[in-house]
Amino acid sequence: MTAVIEFFVAACIVIGAVFLFVGSLGLATLPDTMRRLHAPTKATTLGIGALLIASMLYFVLLNGSLGVHEILITLFLFLTAPATAIMIAKAYIFRHRGTQEKLPPSANKAGWATLNKAR
Amino acid sequence: MRERFLPHPLLTGVLALVWVLLVNDFSLANFVFGLLLGLAIAKLTAVYWPGRSRIRNPLAILEYSAVVLWDIVVSNVQVAYLILFRRGDSLKSTFITVPLELTSPEAIATLAGTITMTPGTVSADLSADGRSLLVHCLDTNDPDATVSAIKSRYESRLARIFE
Repeated sequence: MTAVIEFFVAACIVIGAVFLFVGSLGLATLPDTMRRLHAPTKATTLGIGALLIASMLYFVLLNGSLGVHEILITLFLFLTAPATAIMIAKAYIFRHRGTQEKLPPSANKAGWATLNKAR
Repeated sequence: MRERFLPHPLLTGVLALVWVLLVNDFSLANFVFGLLLGLAIAKLTAVYWPGRSRIRNPLAILEYSAVVLWDIVVSNVQVAYLILFRRGDSLKSTFITVPLELTSPEAIATLAGTITMTPGTVSADLSADGRSLLVHCLDTNDPDATVSAIKSRYESRLARIFE
């Protein structure tokens, strides 16, 4: 039984490591900032998620101690990843005139918040 | 009276729960301390969060979480495939506009977060009047299909939860 659990824990760790590696690779090799933003916000979520599942399986089934910190880490990750992504995207749009000209118009012609002066 | 001491009951509850989970010790003392923290923080931040968030349909949150978690797994595999087997320059990346029917700020924030975590899309900006979202797609052949997928898959479910 222990061997089966260890197999699953090891599988989760390997899956997590692969996705974390792909996320970092995308961050390094994609051509521009907006495309690079996709790699760390997604590929790493499943990577961290798989590692946390491995950690929970290990501590609950093999050590017999219930750890809920992993759930909290997942929660905080889901709260913080989109927040940082939107701040980086806003900064990128704000700094690049070429991108600003290519943006599609918003509904109602109100303009995008980053580019509108405060009223 | 209730408005003054308990501006966000839901926030107070969540903060107390998170405190207990952080300490990882389910005793009454910890719960009371978490509740005190929740009351104090909710009171201190009430100025920055004037509205009252309402959740109409708590059960729909479960369905929404399941859909989003599944999409996150699918999107991770898709993005990993694009990164590994496609040249970065050949990806057809583009900005699209998603017109919003949601009005409550909490619902729009949830939608923007969901879009960032799911298949090939990152939310980049909100329009000045809060009626549309700017979304960046990593690789899409049909921007209109992506917009309608976001609206039918996430926005309609969020509308049932929040509005």
